Amino acid sequence: MTLEMFLITAVKIGLVLFIILTAVAYCTYMERRVLAFIQVRLGPNRVGPFGLLQPLADGIKFIFKEDVIPTDVTRFIYILAPITALVPALMTFAVIPFGDRLEIFGKDISLYITGFNVSLLFVFAMTSLGVYGIVLAGWSSNSKYSLFGGLRSSAQMISYELALSLSIIGVLIQVGSLDLVKIVEAQSGWHGFQWNVIAFQPIGFLIFFIAVLAETNRVPFDLPEAETELVGGFHTEYSSMKFAMFFMAEYSAMITASCMATVLFFGGWNGPGTQLETIGPFIGLAWFTLKVFLFLFTYIWIRGTLPRFRYDQLMDFGWKLLLPLAIFNIVFTATWKFLFHYYDLAPSLPAWMQGK
Amino acid sequence: MELDQDQLRERTRPGRPPAERTIVAEDASGIVDISELSGRELGSTMTLSMGPQHPSTHGVLRLELELDGEVVLSTKPDIGYLHTGMEKLMESKKYLSNICITDRMDYLNPMGNNLGYVLAVEKLLQLEIPPRAQCIRVLMCELQRIASHLVWIGTHALDVGAMSVFFYAFDEREKILNMFEDVCGGRMTPSYFRVGGMFQDLPAGFDAKVRRFLSEFPAALDAFDTLLTGNRIFRNRLQGVGVISAEDAISWGITGPSLRGSGVAHDLRRAEPYCGYELYDFDIPTFPEGDVWARYQVRRQEFRESLKIVLQCVDKMPSGPIKADNDKVVLPDRDDMKTHMDALIHHFLIAADGFKVPEGEVYLAIEGSKGELGYYIVSDGSERPFRCHVRGPSFVNLSAMPDMVKGSLIADVVAVIGSIDIVLGEIDR
Repeated sequence: MTLEMFLITAVKIGLVLFIILTAVAYCTYMERRVLAFIQVRLGPNRVGPFGLLQPLADGIKFIFKEDVIPTDVTRFIYILAPITALVPALMTFAVIPFGDRLEIFGKDISLYITGFNVSLLFVFAMTSLGVYGIVLAGWSSNSKYSLFGGLRSSAQMISYELALSLSIIGVLIQVGSLDLVKIVEAQSGWHGFQWNVIAFQPIGFLIFFIAVLAETNRVPFDLPEAETELVGGFHTEYSSMKFAMFFMAEYSAMITASCMATVLFFGGWNGPGTQLETIGPFIGLAWFTLKVFLFLFTYIWIRGTLPRFRYDQLMDFGWKLLLPLAIFNIVFTATWKFLFHYYDLAPSLPAWMQGK
Repeated sequence: MELDQDQLRERTRPGRPPAERTIVAEDASGIVDISELSGRELGSTMTLSMGPQHPSTHGVLRLELELDGEVVLSTKPDIGYLHTGMEKLMESKKYLSNICITDRMDYLNPMGNNLGYVLAVEKLLQLEIPPRAQCIRVLMCELQRIASHLVWIGTHALDVGAMSVFFYAFDEREKILNMFEDVCGGRMTPSYFRVGGMFQDLPAGFDAKVRRFLSEFPAALDAFDTLLTGNRIFRNRLQGVGVISAEDAISWGITGPSLRGSGVAHDLRRAEPYCGYELYDFDIPTFPEGDVWARYQVRRQEFRESLKIVLQCVDKMPSGPIKADNDKVVLPDRDDMKTHMDALIHHFLIAADGFKVPEGEVYLAIEGSKGELGYYIVSDGSERPFRCHVRGPSFVNLSAMPDMVKGSLIADVVAVIGSIDIVLGEIDR
């Protein structure tokens, strides 16, 4: 690795971290404003124009709040837990392809930090690690509400991880690669008919989206922190920046999930205008951002609409409905793919389906 | 000595597993199959103190839950955190002043509380209430019932996790509270009713406001139906949860919508009509299942029944006086006091000394928004009640809650509390 490459990567890491952390902060702002809009309220509108500086004020407040560590907590794990939650959540952004390649000052720069041939597995490995933070927080807090939150989240995340992983196998069968960049490239074309959600993984997307709601502890699967039952769930005993770290982990998990949905099913950076010279990659970046934004909006929309599942119903739903459906989707996709190649149906398809 | 200290610390450390375990399942070889033991036998149950500061205990209720995992083995409601001694306070205040105390008991149904109290006192005094006052009372109570049910649907949905309904419901409730403000100046604590009639007549244009509300409100009800009634998740959370049979409900003394949710068509407005409720045409919705969903359905339909009564009230609102013709008890009009000497004297006497109520005792119950709201008043012939006891429906309904939640999950406890619609102000009094 040359010094130049090292510098470029370092700059990219810094930039992505900065952008993601800002996005996390403004995610909370967006959540509050959109929820307020849904619930005939105003939401934060006092700090700065339209309340746009509210995340900054919140951040300052979090930093200056007293950091209470209750007696009788298992200190080491109690402090470790928020870190364990946040770090993997941020690490996923290392492999997410935000955009295509770009030429700046005569250098060919990719709009992602790194891409390797099993980057999809890397994302799932990291999101799975996130559960440890919650479980450890619930266990070490020495609070009954926290314990219930931790128990619920471990059961929920492990159950839904299965459906989540199986839901993307359909995509893998179609694309034939675990590399996120390759998955996006396989969906190329400005028109969107090549996107996996249309051709031909709508069921896969549906399962993926529902499972991801459960993975990120969002309504209607927010049982680990069901505030009307468990007060604060696993983070009941946390305060100050430690609480903020859970918060950031949750929102960056949300952004990761939205990015993954975009990459796997909605064509990543592909969209009208990305084929253009010079400005093409920028338009691609804008498309990517827009798609992620729409997913985030949907999350908030769902939060404003749906009630919460009950613990046993959540398990039933995951194991008895999502899992069989995901397996059916795999069988269906595999069969279709086999027939498609065996009888060589490709030439009989209309031109747009062949990606021409 | 030091060892003892350590042992002491070890013993008092929270989260320590119970030292003594009673093992009941043991076969001939002396091997215990843990999977056959219940949580209680294993000593692995957990006591969770839910409240008094908890988001969904509707005030300051504390529940002592004995849990085996997420399953509730037993529940012990612990009340008294909001005790204000209102019943005792009423013994030291004049009959007229007590009206504003009743407001503060069930603060979601103050008009109903007013009504129960003044009806009881009027029965002791044997007053004849003019029809216009009767009609205004019914109108106010039914609007209040809608407002109270709106708080119920909002908080119930919030407990189950549907956040937005809470805001929509409070938005509608605001319209009703605005009408109350127009009528008497008070919103949460109106104190609009008086012994012998009303504090003042309805303001000009009130009729139009009620009609506008009547025309707009069904749309909000449809919105609730879309968000909650038709929602599979919501339905699954409610159906089959917190079941109580009709016999149990009656023997616990449950009243109101919670009783009608067990299939008993008992409504004091129909069974023992007061204020001329026999003149109005309305249905009593009942659902036989006895679960949270049935109680939800009953209240959901009571919205529409109350709307029917309100419409009938404004349609055939009689004209005439709003106070009984008894100047020893009823405060005179302000205008009369400026022109009539005797009105001024009566006002002074009633305000300063109060009015005397004949000796005797009375129990009078009305159908409040949460159930049978009864007032038991003992008079010793003075201007203050000798004893005033309130039979609050929330208190009685809450006492049946441990039965309803036995064997269900923590999430169900929250749903059941929402479904019996309690107000701690009335429970603790």
